[in-house]
Amino acid sequence: MTIRSEGSVLDHYQAMELAVSELLIEKGYFTEEDMVAEIDAMAKRTPEIGASVVARAWTDANFKERLLADGTAACESIGLDMGPTRLMVVESTNTVHNVIVCTLCSCFPRMLMGIPPDWYKSENYRSRVVREPRAVLKEFGTELPDSVAVRVHDNTADMRYLVLPHRPKGTEGMSREALAKLVTRDSMIGVAIVEAPGRKGQDRYA
Amino acid sequence: MARFLPGDSVTVRWTFPPGHIRTPYYIRGKSGEITQVLDAFANPEELAFGRDGLPKQPLYRVRFAQNRVWPDYSGMVGDTIDVELYEHWLEPEDA
Repeated sequence: MTIRSEGSVLDHYQAMELAVSELLIEKGYFTEEDMVAEIDAMAKRTPEIGASVVARAWTDANFKERLLADGTAACESIGLDMGPTRLMVVESTNTVHNVIVCTLCSCFPRMLMGIPPDWYKSENYRSRVVREPRAVLKEFGTELPDSVAVRVHDNTADMRYLVLPHRPKGTEGMSREALAKLVTRDSMIGVAIVEAPGRKGQDRYA
Repeated sequence: MARFLPGDSVTVRWTFPPGHIRTPYYIRGKSGEITQVLDAFANPEELAFGRDGLPKQPLYRVRFAQNRVWPDYSGMVGDTIDVELYEHWLEPEDA
């Protein structure tokens, strides 16, 4: 197997993964080249794709409406490859804050954000964000007023979730490209909010 | 044909079968409201064992009030958790 470093000691799950992938290749389900190509394709996807979708939704009311109604179709209509899973976009406003998790494993909107951060896959995040989301958000530096409801979305089945963050005040008139640069991976997971340049922490829910 | 409609109150079955189950433990036995009927999907509990997963199961988004899921929930009353659940895991709330 050329994609692994030589001489490293495998733990149980790494050994299992290696055994299963070798068996699948041996039995002809896919080739080693297919697997390398898929890993490459996955590594090329970054949160910038998601950020461009968010910025478009903020600046194109028609696109936003389509995105919220059918995330997969709306993204495909602008030329994005959505792969086999379906996309559900949840909109945060000044009264609702959305946050996503996969308590069972690590389901993530990879088609728009690439590989999830390690903390997203940690038992700590997965077990606590469903039970005490406000405390977890606070640890990410996101303190929400009592007037904002927290809505957690557990990616348990066939949909993948993307948070459409609340567009901050002070960004009126910014270009789509400039807006996209404000949108972070964490804001599309929902553990952070998007802040306008130079207005950090100011009356974001006013 | 979906058995439930948006607005219906449902309870997640309190059952613990072995296998590849996509219903989190913490939501079993809890009651919430259907917010959306999604398409029908092949049953992952069957797919995981190499079977065809048919008939397809309607999938729902169900919204639960956090203070009904966790009796000691420390957040606000309006806080919710949304979980996707397959139809065979749901019963009418008052059943």
